[in-house]
Amino acid sequence: MIHWKLEPRPNGTARFNFAVTAASLCAASAIGGLLMGLMGVNPFHAYFEIFRGALGSKYGLSETLVKSIPITLTGLACLLAFRMSIWNIGAEGQLVMGAIAAAAFVRYCRVDGSVAAFACMFAASAAAGGLWGALPGFLKGRWNVNEIISTLMLNYIALCLMDLLLYGAWKDPTSMGFPMTPSFPKTARLWVFGNTRLHGGLIMALIFPVVAWAALRRTQWGFEIRVIGENARAARYSGMGILKNIVLVMFLSGAIAGLCGMSEVAGLHGRLSRGFSVGYGFTGVIVAWLTRLNALLLPMAAFLMSILLVGGDTLQVTMALPLSSVQVIQGLILFCVLGGEVFRGYRLRRVRAGGPSPEDGE
Amino acid sequence: MQTEPSAPLVSMRGVDKIFFGGYANKGIDFDLRRGEIHALIGENGAGKTTLMNILAGIYSPDSGRITVDGREARFRSPRDAIEFGIGMVHQHFMLIPVLAVWENMLLGLRDVGFVLDLRSMVSKIRDMSERYAMPVDPEAYVWALSIGEQQRVEILKMLYRGTNVLILDEPTSVLTPQETRELFAALRKMTDAGHGIVIISHKIDEVMSIADRVTVLRKGERVCSVEARLTAREALAEMMVGRALKRVKKSGGGPPGRAVLSCRGLCARNDRGMASLSGVSFDLREGEILGVAGVAGNAQGELCEVLAGLRALDSGEIILNGQDISGRSAREFIKRGVSYIPVDRRETGLAPNMNLSENIALKRYWRKPAAVWKIFMDWKFISGLTAQLVDAFRIQAPSPGSPARNLSGGNLQKLMLARELSDAPLVILAMHPVWGLDVGAAEFVHERLLEERARGAGIMLVSEDLDELFEMSDRIMVMSGGKIMGIAERPQDVSREEIGMMMAGVPMRAAV
Repeated sequence: MIHWKLEPRPNGTARFNFAVTAASLCAASAIGGLLMGLMGVNPFHAYFEIFRGALGSKYGLSETLVKSIPITLTGLACLLAFRMSIWNIGAEGQLVMGAIAAAAFVRYCRVDGSVAAFACMFAASAAAGGLWGALPGFLKGRWNVNEIISTLMLNYIALCLMDLLLYGAWKDPTSMGFPMTPSFPKTARLWVFGNTRLHGGLIMALIFPVVAWAALRRTQWGFEIRVIGENARAARYSGMGILKNIVLVMFLSGAIAGLCGMSEVAGLHGRLSRGFSVGYGFTGVIVAWLTRLNALLLPMAAFLMSILLVGGDTLQVTMALPLSSVQVIQGLILFCVLGGEVFRGYRLRRVRAGGPSPEDGE
Repeated sequence: MQTEPSAPLVSMRGVDKIFFGGYANKGIDFDLRRGEIHALIGENGAGKTTLMNILAGIYSPDSGRITVDGREARFRSPRDAIEFGIGMVHQHFMLIPVLAVWENMLLGLRDVGFVLDLRSMVSKIRDMSERYAMPVDPEAYVWALSIGEQQRVEILKMLYRGTNVLILDEPTSVLTPQETRELFAALRKMTDAGHGIVIISHKIDEVMSIADRVTVLRKGERVCSVEARLTAREALAEMMVGRALKRVKKSGGGPPGRAVLSCRGLCARNDRGMASLSGVSFDLREGEILGVAGVAGNAQGELCEVLAGLRALDSGEIILNGQDISGRSAREFIKRGVSYIPVDRRETGLAPNMNLSENIALKRYWRKPAAVWKIFMDWKFISGLTAQLVDAFRIQAPSPGSPARNLSGGNLQKLMLARELSDAPLVILAMHPVWGLDVGAAEFVHERLLEERARGAGIMLVSEDLDELFEMSDRIMVMSGGKIMGIAERPQDVSREEIGMMMAGVPMRAAV
């Protein structure tokens, strides 16, 4: 009888790690292709359509870039917390809170297009998202409340709060019943590149990951975050403030997600509307893992994910596949990437029942 | 096949095990006879535990064969090994604290049946514990048992499953001298009943006192198997290390210095919130090594943590260099020159997934010259320093940039020591600094501690190894139940038995 046994392996090189991630992506695509095959679609054709839709035209490419912005930012929000082994699943809620704050600012304050007004809008949404993150962070640091549960639940509270406003006080009277606020005035919109939908959020998406990467590597604070993430006991032993850092990181994580929400409503949509975020906060989790928590790779990973999303839209039109088929692929990617982690630490070995096995000559 | 007069109970032939491309075991032959205690000795990383893990079915060998009672044995799991009557008691006990003794014994039993016959099980356990002189209450909860009792439960658990071959991994490291004697007596009763016992150890004295035969491993290979009573301990030590050992020589103590650290009435609770340290007062002087003896779990760990600023005090004061620093943060203790070598290097002392430089940076990343302004870190300086320390402490590591987890236990310990000793600390709290180290590495650690003592540091050395304490300490303090049972000002005038009595909870006056 032959059976399989997992044995620890020595640490892989960077190249090996990359290969594992690439293999995971391939495995996800293969399984996804199989599923599409079962749905009666030629998977090669489908994948071709995805890429053509996402990259094949100026419109497609700019849409792909537009979608990479929120994915990068929510990915960064997740990555920061994950680096510290705090599992922030609440980027979606933090993003929504940031968007609500931006909308509130536009509604109740004077927006005159001045730098000061923009600065206040940025600050308001960063603070709203940040506090939405800091709260579970504090609960975690002080009483060890499970942050996965609390951040997840806060998502729903934020979404419900948004619904409450959109169906009630903030509803646009001219929207014919659609849950959305009135259009923001021009003076409250982030600037846009030429005649595309690409907006100022792109700058954040390009700069923030680099800043975060440098901060994690070069600063004392970044070092504390990494040590706490690797071994909280060693961090305490070295005299690092754990509670302070958890709250701070969760605040920053939430603030980035909040700014992301702001850039979506003030940059892209020009209003707060129901469903303005198509689960970007959750896509961020996948993207953060895809980069294996390396912030520099975030824009790339987000672009890849965005290809799937935009291409998925095309798939709906050209091949009449439901949007959920793309979501299935997304899920498969996360599944395979996480599953691939096992092979970074272990290798499979064939063992003949109990005895030494001849094929172990590796 | 067997030519020996009495066929061995267990015979391993040509066992190979490759880990990470290197041999952990290479062509090892090992025999265990019926009714013998066979000691397996060797330095850390010599492959003792690996070999026994193979015998216990935890690893499968890459080649070689095992026969038990003349039957060829191939184990896929510990379960298979148990069916062949082989059971292993690990260094870290595999018991579930919230369950009772009998419940723990029930775990993993195969033929339990649907209805539990609790009464007969309990009485069977009682019988067994009487027969082998290992008193244990089958209905007690495991969390309420002492470490020694838990060990008995582990052994009884194996016997209850019909184990014929008992493997004990460093069984005495957690016991008082008295408990060790009791354990050895119990082991003798088992061999009298025909069981075969393997003891993994690196304490030669202990091996000489209990073992019938000794097998020495070095670097994954068998050096020899000898009759214990026909062999000198020096010869064994040499075979283990592969060279003659020099004794660590403690230079004569100077006049006692002033007290650098004074503790007054320290009280603190343990992790479960129960009173642990109760009213501990003592002075630690400049240039001395104060040995702290005690059975594991008698608040030595809590004492160290309190003195490192890591555990809150209920009452009492800590005076460092004339200043009351009780209640200050751990960072403050570090800044004032308290360095702490915790017992669990992987869990507390180091961050194994981070590289050597980062681990060296742990306690200095916020101050110059490792820090640039108050924000940045000078990694160039830190890796330079790391390279220097790697050299000075003879740490075997690929590069300052490789993750610490790739290092062996001894090298990890040296890495931690390099960090803790490199800043001329005033006070060094060393908890089991040579735990699990091989003889060579332990010798090195002891030398470094003696150098620090000569420099004038006050060193508190917590250990469960009385040999180590007698060899290293200027004074020996004995703890039991969170209290100080006494301080032997001149260890050379005190016998082991007296220390043992104090470890068991009898205060000094009564003991002497």
